[in-house]
Amino acid sequence: MITSGLQIYQAYARFGNRGAPPFPSPFDGAQFPAWSRLGGWLAGALNWHFALMWPLVTVGLLYLGYLVGSGEWRALLFRPRDVRGAFEMTRYYLRLRKDHPPQGKHNPLQKLAYTSIYLFGALAVLTGLSIYKPVQFAWLTALFGGFQAARYWHFWIVWIFVAFTIVHVILVFTVDPASLRAMLTGRYRGRFPSHD
Amino acid sequence: MTRSSDRRGFLKLAAGASTASLAAACGWDGGNALRPGLLDISRLNDWVGEKILFSGTRLARTYSPAERSAQLPSYFISADMPLLENPHRWRLRVDGLVRQPLELSLDELTRMPRVTYTVKHHCVEGWSAIATWHGVPVSAMVERCQPLAAAKYIRFVSFDSDYSNGWDMASALHPQTILAYGMNDNALPAAHGAPLRLYSPTKLGYKMTKYLVSMTFTDKRPGGYWEDQGYPWFAGI
Repeated sequence: MITSGLQIYQAYARFGNRGAPPFPSPFDGAQFPAWSRLGGWLAGALNWHFALMWPLVTVGLLYLGYLVGSGEWRALLFRPRDVRGAFEMTRYYLRLRKDHPPQGKHNPLQKLAYTSIYLFGALAVLTGLSIYKPVQFAWLTALFGGFQAARYWHFWIVWIFVAFTIVHVILVFTVDPASLRAMLTGRYRGRFPSHD
Repeated sequence: MTRSSDRRGFLKLAAGASTASLAAACGWDGGNALRPGLLDISRLNDWVGEKILFSGTRLARTYSPAERSAQLPSYFISADMPLLENPHRWRLRVDGLVRQPLELSLDELTRMPRVTYTVKHHCVEGWSAIATWHGVPVSAMVERCQPLAAAKYIRFVSFDSDYSNGWDMASALHPQTILAYGMNDNALPAAHGAPLRLYSPTKLGYKMTKYLVSMTFTDKRPGGYWEDQGYPWFAGI
């Protein structure tokens, strides 16, 4: 989705109506390197993007259904009562606190990250829908501030995903490389270090 | 867990990741193996767009003339701007599966029902611009030429080399689908398809045939200049 999206972006590498000043963006007029783009040209990229949207939404909904059905959502959802814990955890990371605060499966900062990445996932799909069918879903496009603003948000969410993935994988290697396999297979042998 | 199985897992992951980045490299369009599959999914998306998401009565938002954009790019596929040698001889031909084939001059078109609106133009490239258009609703033309029940599509043909488009009947009958002979209160400029072009705010720009010469009612889905090269056929927004 990201690589074909970068190819699509290439066709009009800015945000804002024709003849109007563009929205502020460090990527204004940017050309992304060929290796990062999928599709070859606009039509090829659109076909990839509009094919991959189906598995993206399907897997997203299946996973959401699993979280709700299995009760796993409780371990992931950041709730108001986690605010204090998130504060303590931040203090611990900043070395303002010596002992690791007690936690369940995930600490409050992890919950915050996992909850927000799900919200960003939903936003990626909704902003996408609003620029795919801006007339049929005019209310949604208007909610995001219009067609060009919706393009703008759709594009920015990508960088949040990229940053999240990089930090996520770095942390996996820092804490426990074996959990990388667990992410892909769903199985983890032994006891997870942070649960001790 | 042993060290070697750890390494094996990592290698497997690396292999998967490099396949994905290889796919991205050199702008891969799916190759001969995947391209047909991608086009099949594009047809599925056309079906979803046409039969589920499109509404024949939902109108695109209109703007005030004061909100018009300072510019609206246009293009043609011929080497030079397509111009009529003798504009007075130009006629729009309406034929195919119709009870009443027609040949209409620009004068006759201007005497037919007229729709004017200021709407946002969406290009497949991602840009948008607001302009005012006026012309005859395609639905008025349909009333006049009386298509047969078998007619499911309209093929719009231009005098800009071999540029053409195929439309589904529901999109063509949408109240905002017009044969435009005017733009921003003036006669349609040559750059935007004079003397007559198709216009609709519910489609991407490339579906709106410029430099029109004919509209043919048919029972077979007509291709189009960009559509035949892989761009989505329905292109309704």
